[in-house]
Amino acid sequence: MHQATSATVGEKPLLSLRNINMTFGGVKALKNVSFEVRPGEVHCLAGENGCGKSTLIKVVTGVYRPADGAVIEYDGETYAHMSPVTAQDRGIKVIWQDLALFPEMSVAENIAFHEVVGRRPRLVDYGRMQRIATDALGRLGVSLDVDLPLKEYAIAQRQIVAIARALVGEAKLVFMDEPTASLTQSETDHLLDIVRNLSASGVAVVFVSHRLAEVLEISSRITVLRDGALVGVFPAAGMTQSRITELMTGKTFDQHVRARPKDDQPVVLDVRGLTRPGQFEDISLTVRRGETVGITGLLGAGRTELALALFGMLKPASGRISIEGKEVRFTSNRDAIKAGVAYLSEDRLSLGLIQPQSIADNLVIASLRKILSGGLLSDDRKRGLVSRWIADLGVRIGRQADAISTLSGGNQQRVAIAKWLATDPKILILDCPTVGVDVGARAGIFDIVAKLAESGLAIILISDEVPEVYFNADRVLHMAQGRIVGSYDPRQARLEDIEAAVYA
Amino acid sequence: MTAIFERVKTALGPEMAGPGLAFVAVVLVFGLASPQFLSAATFGSVAFQLPELGLLTLAMLLPILTGGLNLAITFTANIAGLTVAWVLRENGGVDAGVGIFIVGSLLALMVGAASGVVMGLVIAFTRAHPILVSLSMMIFLRGLGEFLTRGGDISGFPAFMGPIGHGSIAGIPVPLIVFIVCVLGWHVLLGRTKLGFNTYMIGSNLEATRYSGINTRKAIVLVYTLSGVMCAIAGIIMLARFNSVRIGHGESYLLITVLACFLGGVNPFGGFGRVIPVFVALVVLQLLSSGLNLIGANQHLATAVWGILLVGVMILRWVASKIRISIIRKGS
Repeated sequence: MHQATSATVGEKPLLSLRNINMTFGGVKALKNVSFEVRPGEVHCLAGENGCGKSTLIKVVTGVYRPADGAVIEYDGETYAHMSPVTAQDRGIKVIWQDLALFPEMSVAENIAFHEVVGRRPRLVDYGRMQRIATDALGRLGVSLDVDLPLKEYAIAQRQIVAIARALVGEAKLVFMDEPTASLTQSETDHLLDIVRNLSASGVAVVFVSHRLAEVLEISSRITVLRDGALVGVFPAAGMTQSRITELMTGKTFDQHVRARPKDDQPVVLDVRGLTRPGQFEDISLTVRRGETVGITGLLGAGRTELALALFGMLKPASGRISIEGKEVRFTSNRDAIKAGVAYLSEDRLSLGLIQPQSIADNLVIASLRKILSGGLLSDDRKRGLVSRWIADLGVRIGRQADAISTLSGGNQQRVAIAKWLATDPKILILDCPTVGVDVGARAGIFDIVAKLAESGLAIILISDEVPEVYFNADRVLHMAQGRIVGSYDPRQARLEDIEAAVYA
Repeated sequence: MTAIFERVKTALGPEMAGPGLAFVAVVLVFGLASPQFLSAATFGSVAFQLPELGLLTLAMLLPILTGGLNLAITFTANIAGLTVAWVLRENGGVDAGVGIFIVGSLLALMVGAASGVVMGLVIAFTRAHPILVSLSMMIFLRGLGEFLTRGGDISGFPAFMGPIGHGSIAGIPVPLIVFIVCVLGWHVLLGRTKLGFNTYMIGSNLEATRYSGINTRKAIVLVYTLSGVMCAIAGIIMLARFNSVRIGHGESYLLITVLACFLGGVNPFGGFGRVIPVFVALVVLQLLSSGLNLIGANQHLATAVWGILLVGVMILRWVASKIRISIIRKGS
């Protein structure tokens, strides 16, 4: 299962960093870190957000200059610090998470960009660009129409274009920052194949990902960072996901199935034959008081669309929704909120929270009527409401007036949950609540979810990570192509079986 | 002492720093340059000039806070003024009574609101860019106004209207009273009502606001409607002050209202900005032109100095943010 890729032990390293220290203001981002990559190996860099992974990559690529005393040995030469030009010329390439591509430009232009821009001849040779692009894609075993604008392609293909661009010219060491974050399982598998091919052709790949399963599958060694310091370098063989999590967070998590039977509880949400052609078909499900129903499935399986229909933001073509026995029809999410439905968006950055605005305003936005006093909004009531929820959910904040964007992912998500709890919902739909939340903070989110269920809330928990629903839901529904294709009881089903069905 | 300072600071908000400093600077510079500057005469001239630009700026402020713009403000104001003029003329002209004027003014407010409702509906439902929508409205209203007036002035109003433009109550000019009431109204609207809250949220992220269960369309329509009503109030004050209406009155104010908002710390992309700093910014602009007038500078030069002041404020703001960042870095 955990196949290590080609690197031979004892070989001279391609890249070796020692004594790397980096300070921003008073904050030590890297503390005496060392790091080593062998030629042609797939090496994983693991750690929570803010542990120094990105900083380390930026030191290697010359974006940051480490403190004096640093030693960077790369491919036979020693540097006190890198420069971006040297790094690029000597074959160190990075594929950032946001890809840094130009959607309006053609695939060829995107791939051959560095080869053509800023070099002589000044005139652009489109034929040459096409050849460069086709070549680079060929090395990846992919064929795309290089003349089409990039925006015509889905995110998975764009990822490949970004990789192809990195391979133009000489590439010996490629950094990939969360390359699979927005890919489905089959797309991820394809990407991992490409990484294996690269490795086999002698290119070393440093893989940054928080999906630990694929980390274990693809890499031969794992370097773990925590709070800017090196925890250690470990062979992937013999590692487990929970062990890596422990190393990353310094805490131990014991995951256990939380499912309990809730059959004696009254049905809160009853959905019958809900259909919206092309998005979801014939969905029937019930959620009882205090029950957590997990919905898993690949991206594009119709999970979010179903959630939006339950939240009144998409109109189903047929079928019916009943809440506490009464049939409901929503013309907007305002109706749904009034009927006791709350929906935590999967896209916290652009839909879930209003990033530039304050923590307090984000928390009260859905329940403004609660802070009215004589028809006007009351600052005192607002402060009181916010303090109560901040304390209740253990959110760590500075001041209530600080922008929500100053909080960590985990704390932002707590505020987002509080915002919905303040509306006194009966049904809480959580759409991928741990996206962009540190591994350490995830457990905290699920503890809150468990407490809410205990207090009688009916919860729908959507996640594309099967273990999340397996461990935290009372029942697991599997959605594929807009339909519910499987239903599991975590106390009886095995996690591996559900994963096999979902990722098949 | 510091506690009081902190309280004042949080009450006024960070937007106050720019206009506050500019106010102090203008008062100091002109106070030293000309002994007559700090006098009742200066106050008088500022007090009478401030309301026109001020009311139009209030009309511009709401749409800007939602991340939009209302380019039709001056023409909406004058169309509203024309409405009053038309009602007066149809009902006796110079001899028309106060009742007729009130009816005309109510009708004018409705015309202003109508202009806003139309823009708001189009912007909210088609998601067309507010610049384009309000530009269309601006061109429509200008054309309509020129057609109705044949491009000329309409004058000949009853004598009781003079005091609305030029009179004072307890030494305070009537237009200033109207303006201050409107400033306070906007202050309460933005700080204490649901619509005000939603205005800021929409300005930062319309979709996220909609996902939070806010009726964003209704809020946008209301914002433009109120903007139109504020234009109409400005139009009535202008009518009384000039004792005439022309569709092109105050046209040059259009972009200055936008700049006054920015000088008052309003975020050009929406979501942030408060009424009181904008009010101070307006006072600064008027003091500046009165002061220049006093030391004998050309009136047109005053406008040029406004431009320089605004650029200066932008640069100072940038410098201040750099300093703040370096302080934070050293501090932690």
